[in-house]
Amino acid sequence: MLDEVKDPEIPVLSLWDMGVLRDVQREGNQVLVTITPTYSGCPAMDVMREDIEAALRAGGFEDFVVKTALSPAWTTDWMTDKGRAQLRGYGIAPPDDAVDHEGRETPESKVRCPHCGSVHTQRVSEFGSTACKALFQCNDCSEPFDYFKNI
Amino acid sequence: MTTATTELKQDLIDYAARLGDDAIVLGHRLSEWTSKGPFLEEDIALSNVALDYIGRARMYYTYAAELSGNGKTEDDFAYLRDERQFQNHLINELPRGDFAYTIARQLFLDVYHTHYLAALKNTTDETLAAIAAKGIKETRYHLRRSTDWTLRLGDGTAESHQRMQTAIDDLWGYTHEIFEHDELEQRLIEAGVAVDASSFKAQWLADVKAVLEEATLTVPDAEWAVRGGREGYHTENLGHLLTEMQFLHRAYPNSKW
Repeated sequence: MLDEVKDPEIPVLSLWDMGVLRDVQREGNQVLVTITPTYSGCPAMDVMREDIEAALRAGGFEDFVVKTALSPAWTTDWMTDKGRAQLRGYGIAPPDDAVDHEGRETPESKVRCPHCGSVHTQRVSEFGSTACKALFQCNDCSEPFDYFKNI
Repeated sequence: MTTATTELKQDLIDYAARLGDDAIVLGHRLSEWTSKGPFLEEDIALSNVALDYIGRARMYYTYAAELSGNGKTEDDFAYLRDERQFQNHLINELPRGDFAYTIARQLFLDVYHTHYLAALKNTTDETLAAIAAKGIKETRYHLRRSTDWTLRLGDGTAESHQRMQTAIDDLWGYTHEIFEHDELEQRLIEAGVAVDASSFKAQWLADVKAVLEEATLTVPDAEWAVRGGREGYHTENLGHLLTEMQFLHRAYPNSKW
């Protein structure tokens, strides 16, 4: 049921595939949902919490707690393969599309373009439209695209 | 609860609130660049960094509120305290100045937080350790950008070099206070909770020097120092900042979006 709850900024990605939804437990009649924030100041977190609560209520659950766990800190490693593929389909390059690149920092070039597949791309800015993304441009198809930062 | 642990608990609340104060005041200053950045990407970058700091402030304040009990929330700390109750380091509250000034401050503080949060990750307090583990990832990202900009501006045109040097000279006297601690933090340092920033001052200086020298900038040798933030003594700037930041909450108490 919670698979229907999407990231409000990237509406193709479920919270589970995003790695934000960490755990769902049932204790007696109570449902305990644990989520973890992506970025400290991500304004989407409050919306995600409200969406989870709404989904649970719509599913007939009355007694639930949505808990935020800070530790261990969220990392893009928790994003599922399905989530990565969905990001690509949505026009956002997932962290692993940084070609020939090791380490966590955002590369200056060679992130595979989610539109045409070229690696002839360059970084425009280390920061993008949301806290989790950086801005790139493809030199072949000329399209700009977001790169999901590897943290 | 014994008197000793009660006292330590109050110390911990104050410490978490201080870290929250540093973060929210700097976050607010950075947010003032939103829609005023030199170009679009930079506007977005500064707003993103601001958001990271405001998020960090929320985590520290939420923790301070939880420890305080009595139904307190993060909002009580952010919006319902006055100037003298804020205990941020003064460097955070100085006006944003020109772009060089903002970048110089970020460089000093990004290097500082890289060391500070690495140490705070090892605190005996689980919540603070978790906040630090989260924050340090963001801070490393911030540092790369403030380093790049310092190099570009310092080793740029005569104008950008001059502005960068002026910013560094103006800010230098505010960098001493961030390595000092009072009795409250001393008690927490002894308990393994707080970070003793004096332990990495030499490393901070070496890191900052390396960037400034590469950027052809001069490391100041001025000895003037301004302090008082942790005691609630502020520059004239904080009151104005709080006026703007707290206005909505105070004018319309308990209003919801």
